[in-house]
Amino acid sequence: MKAIRKILDNIKPHVQKGGKFEMFHSAFDAVETLLFVPDHVTTKGSHIRDGVDMKRTMTVVILALLPTLIFGMWNVGRLHFLSHGETFEIMDAFWYGFLKVLPIIIVTYVVGLGLEIIFAQQRGHEVNEGFLVSGMLIPLTLPPDIPLWMVAIATAFAVIIGKEVFGGTGMNILNPALTARAFLFFAYPADMSGDKVWISEKADAFSGATPLGDALVGNFENIPSPMEMFIGTIPGSIGETSTLLITFGAIILLVTGVGSWRILLSTVVGALVMGGLFNLWGENAYMDMPAYYHLILGGFAFGAVFMATDPVTASQTNRGKYIYGFLIGFIAVLIRVFNPAYPEGMMLAILFMNVFAPLIDHYVIEANIKKRLKRAKA
Amino acid sequence: MTIKIKRGLDIKLQGEAEKTVEEIKAKSYAIKPTDFIGVFPKLLIKEGDKVKAGSPLFFDKYRENIQFTAPVSGTITEIKRGAKRVLLEIKIEADEKNLHEEFGAANPNDLSRKEIIEKLLKSGVWPFIRQRPYSTIANPGNDPKAIFISAFDSSPLAADNDLIVHGYGEEFQLGLDTLKKLTSGTIHLNVKTDTSSKVFLNSKNVQINEFSGPHPSGNIGTQIHSLDPINKGEIVWYLYPQDVLTIGRLFKEGKLNPQRTIALTGSEVLRPKYFKTKLGAAIEPFLENNTSDEKKRIISGDVLTGTKIDNTGYIGFYDSQVTVIPEGDKHEFFGWLFPSPKKHSYYRTALSWLTPNKKYRLNTNLNGGERAFVVTGEFEKVFPFDIYPLQLIKAIMIDDIDAMENLGIYEVDEEDFALCEYIDPSKTEIQAIVRKGLDLMRKEMS
Repeated sequence: MKAIRKILDNIKPHVQKGGKFEMFHSAFDAVETLLFVPDHVTTKGSHIRDGVDMKRTMTVVILALLPTLIFGMWNVGRLHFLSHGETFEIMDAFWYGFLKVLPIIIVTYVVGLGLEIIFAQQRGHEVNEGFLVSGMLIPLTLPPDIPLWMVAIATAFAVIIGKEVFGGTGMNILNPALTARAFLFFAYPADMSGDKVWISEKADAFSGATPLGDALVGNFENIPSPMEMFIGTIPGSIGETSTLLITFGAIILLVTGVGSWRILLSTVVGALVMGGLFNLWGENAYMDMPAYYHLILGGFAFGAVFMATDPVTASQTNRGKYIYGFLIGFIAVLIRVFNPAYPEGMMLAILFMNVFAPLIDHYVIEANIKKRLKRAKA
Repeated sequence: MTIKIKRGLDIKLQGEAEKTVEEIKAKSYAIKPTDFIGVFPKLLIKEGDKVKAGSPLFFDKYRENIQFTAPVSGTITEIKRGAKRVLLEIKIEADEKNLHEEFGAANPNDLSRKEIIEKLLKSGVWPFIRQRPYSTIANPGNDPKAIFISAFDSSPLAADNDLIVHGYGEEFQLGLDTLKKLTSGTIHLNVKTDTSSKVFLNSKNVQINEFSGPHPSGNIGTQIHSLDPINKGEIVWYLYPQDVLTIGRLFKEGKLNPQRTIALTGSEVLRPKYFKTKLGAAIEPFLENNTSDEKKRIISGDVLTGTKIDNTGYIGFYDSQVTVIPEGDKHEFFGWLFPSPKKHSYYRTALSWLTPNKKYRLNTNLNGGERAFVVTGEFEKVFPFDIYPLQLIKAIMIDDIDAMENLGIYEVDEEDFALCEYIDPSKTEIQAIVRKGLDLMRKEMS
């Protein structure tokens, strides 16, 4: 530990402003602050500060994502062997999935963090931790066989167009991870939808449709049991299938207070209300599907827990959060049932509400302002 | 009236002052013009001049009737200036003669408002009366809609006002009688629900309001907001119990007697306790042989809102507490990842919420780097106002005057945001931002 500190202190003068390797300042700074909390002390205002910083807050989200990631790796391998009719052990499946998923994660982080460091260097900021989470979220929303160059392009698109043009972490309007997914979804639909892409190197004869895809075309006899869908042994994006482990992640986020319970609760309620309304309407088999199926189908749970609760792109007022979440759930189910082009409504519903979140906040705050003016007149 | 403050946070620190009072006569005293917001000092004395307690030292260029006087009799030893010749300290070496200017004892009930104001201005007691919005010294020409006195301080390791006013019932009531003449509105004396202080509870001519709940329940801003919030164009005045005592003594004794009881607190103080001294005392004799060997930060005031001073510094005009904590200028290996039991956090992502009664020895490390705002919905939990804190801060950052006004800037002060600043994982200097906004509004409105 002291040795590491010594090495850093030796390098430091060379990467400071005016040093020979000034262009690596942000990269050095990122590594240094990762290893050591800086010796910066308070100068103005409160002399003491909370022990938690942005790094720790973001780490908790990654921690909450790990169970789904590990399950996702196992499920990738499991489905692969299953489609070929081969027998396998748990570790075989995990190892297969691990080798499939790890390159996607590496590409995402290398491209994303590289861009972040370049932008930080240009702007004279410290490197922001936001991408640590985005970089984990992006792979989990992708199918296992996605070409790596697509991952690279999508990540670059998300970081530059989704985030940095607005000023970086904290300033973005759209959720960066979903921006990456939406980019791929519209630019390369063949690799992002249909029933071929969800099982890695699938045998042709095996049906690889996601339950969501089956529901859309009315193949209700193919839909697995609710228990299977809850546990997550179904085809889908790498991290989205296991509602069970996503729930576990949700508990971590809620207990630590990193994720907003208001958003999570209202998203679930919104989906159940819309699903319930469809049940009452009951014009076709999809409408008749029990409303709670929507919670365990496709990316709903993953989106609700890890995407909708992103504090930067969600509503920032507590009252606004209820409205924001409710509409996400409501619209997601609406798109699923009504729109034949997009089997998965969650991604679009969240992006849509990302755009509307500032408007919701505007009206919530306007109410507060009106109240204050009214008091002044009274 | 009883008011329960629900949102807030008590930060429990080591080094609470033991409830004994020791008298210390400091040799050196100083008045620091930087303690007064918006005051441009014009000197009336020079180095080497002899002054008595109550002799004028300087006045405000913008409001010439507001003057500042010497707390003790003695010699002006130094007029200390900083960058751009900003007046920092006017130092007085006390003599043993205890000479004082004569202002004449009187019963405030027999005097007119004008006569009272004149006495307060001349003696230099007036600057103790401050106003909201902006927290500047009150304007004698105004009729405030109410006067607020916070009789308890809820900030970390704060001085216990029950102890400080004990035995001074007469002076306190005289002070209240004086204030009563200054407003046509109510005088709110805000006590904590479990106070047993006879001085406070037996006060007359005031409305006694009981407050309970975590910090900032003792902040004047919180109390004003809960009782009678400030609308645009309205002014309230506020002061603290020791200030009321100084006013009372002026009328009882006919002289300036700025006696102050100071709580010396903090983890680096070996024997934390109360000291009886005078306004503007040098800190040195209090700390002598009484602090740890660590590198320390000495704060005049509390850890959330106080002013950093060095060990040759002086206690601030409005402060009744001195806190000494360790400096935190050390690197910490993976400090952000492994939750240290030595750190306190408001958040459940660290582990300190499992030990709510533990007392901490916190240092001045930022515990992270500065970032853009990411987390939302947390400031509201420690900010007991019907105001959107994050939105107001952002309005100030972009100098949007209309938005600031709409979002309630007249009701707040930088100290009301101290807890937001403490818990902010983005490590933003929120109090400085709020002060910037208040200064801007003050210029725009004048």
